[in-house]
Amino acid sequence: MSAGRPRPSRAAGVIAWIASLLMFFPIFWMVLASFKTEVQAIQTPPPIVFTPTLENYATIFERADYLSFAFNSIVVSIGATVLMLLLAVPAAFAMSFYPTARTRGTLLWMLSTKMLPAVGVLMPIYIISKTAGLLDTRTALIIVYVLSNLPIGVWMLFTFFRELPKDIIEASRIDGANVQQAIFQVLLPLVAPGIASTSLLSIILCWNEAFWSLNLTAHNAAPLTAFIASFSAPEGLFWAKLSAASTLAIAPILIFGWFSQKQLVRGLTFGAVK
Amino acid sequence: MSVSTAAPPLPTSKRAKGGTGGAVNTLPLVSPAVLLLLAWSLIPLAMTIIYSFQRYNLLNPLIQGWAGINNYKFLFADPALLSSLVVTVELVVAVLAITLCFGAVLAALFEVRFPGRGVARVLFIAPFFVMPTVSALIWKNLLMNPVNGLFAFLLRSVGLAPVDWFAQVPLLSIIIIVAWQWLPFAFLILLTALQSLSEETLEAARLDGAGAVSIFRHVQVPHMGRAISVVVMMETIFLLGVFAEIYVTTSGGPGIATTNLAFLIYQRALLAFNVGGASAAGVIAIILANIMAMFLVRTVANRLDV
Repeated sequence: MSAGRPRPSRAAGVIAWIASLLMFFPIFWMVLASFKTEVQAIQTPPPIVFTPTLENYATIFERADYLSFAFNSIVVSIGATVLMLLLAVPAAFAMSFYPTARTRGTLLWMLSTKMLPAVGVLMPIYIISKTAGLLDTRTALIIVYVLSNLPIGVWMLFTFFRELPKDIIEASRIDGANVQQAIFQVLLPLVAPGIASTSLLSIILCWNEAFWSLNLTAHNAAPLTAFIASFSAPEGLFWAKLSAASTLAIAPILIFGWFSQKQLVRGLTFGAVK
Repeated sequence: MSVSTAAPPLPTSKRAKGGTGGAVNTLPLVSPAVLLLLAWSLIPLAMTIIYSFQRYNLLNPLIQGWAGINNYKFLFADPALLSSLVVTVELVVAVLAITLCFGAVLAALFEVRFPGRGVARVLFIAPFFVMPTVSALIWKNLLMNPVNGLFAFLLRSVGLAPVDWFAQVPLLSIIIIVAWQWLPFAFLILLTALQSLSEETLEAARLDGAGAVSIFRHVQVPHMGRAISVVVMMETIFLLGVFAEIYVTTSGGPGIATTNLAFLIYQRALLAFNVGGASAAGVIAIILANIMAMFLVRTVANRLDV
């Protein structure tokens, strides 16, 4: 069996490891800078040995506004994800369990709405938000994120639900379960993994979104993406503090992302690559 | 008590005759998502098109009315438009080339079993999860800064003059940042595609005496065909709208050297508040994206067995 896996595996492993370390290096370098003093962070040659300090993190947390930006990111990501699921789960459920002649067309049309480039509709969305008094509110961001992630959500859930046995509800009803039991005890445990990974992908996309967050928010509703961008302007040379703030901003998503590699492929390719 | 009489499985109303087991009325489940998406895709699109034919500036509300095709005339007469289209295409093509080449090779390498493969993969895809503003700042400050950046130090330590990346090679710098972010995406999708290649096929190729390189060229790359086209289409759609990386690093400069279509629209829209002009450019962006979208929808449709 293993006769076919010859020598190249060592070379392949070495090259793959070098590539991985190179790809990760910028992130590592930033995390390292977040534990340096400001002087050490801009020092050349960069100090190889230094006493790590938590000072930057302390400063970041002292700035009351950091927490409010983080709070905005959390509220917007979770809010948009929950609302998106409320719309996407029923739709995906219906389309996969009870497909009609229109299902295929509906799914493809949903996919095509994702192709409307954000910049193409920047002006209308900005003016609508302004007219509705929603500029610089979390509500505006949530609405935009729900709608822009809805097609991905429906598709991803659809590809999950499609693989479940179609007659499971009827079968459990015949076994004597009532509708609530059929849904909550039979169906829900089966669909939960699909819903979980869809939520994860949606949270990642919302958390990292940086077109609408930069253009629709100012100070009140700005999430971390916008905060980091604004930090760069007047305080550009505070590299250590900026690194600390950035590390905090990306840490949760890095962890989420590592858990959702497979689902990411499924979600972002609309099931075209499995 | 609550044990209902023979209620249908889900919603109450049944249509007379459906397909196989599809006699349930699913309209109430599907329509909220469909109606909202319909509004989301049609209203802003219609508004953009209407604005693009109007004289409309948020800074001067007195100027109002139809402009005919003047917005488009001004836009096409503006050298910034052509330049921004060129920058947009260069950015998309360069990033696609880099991510596809490296992505395919690395996917093939990660197909081979080696110690710590799982950890290496996690490190490799990490850049994809870094928010665009953070990745732009890492590169701009910590790595590419001409005085204090790491690259400057490395170049100086081998006796070369440091490069002022965003002044001397601004577009290349943006390309490097964006490619770093998107390489994991191409890699993951190509790797997923490779993993579906059957062990028997590989075994047969090896028995025929094929080496690793020729297996890559003649077995693995052809197998990745669909995945490659999906990467091309998805990345194109995202890369047409690269914004945060430019916003944080060069603001479109020096001059207009890194102003892509997305950034041009942003400048017209939210810096000059020229609604008409920005919308005309927006219409062009929509047309460009839709050409790409048509191909994508067709590819996905072929794979969709409903």
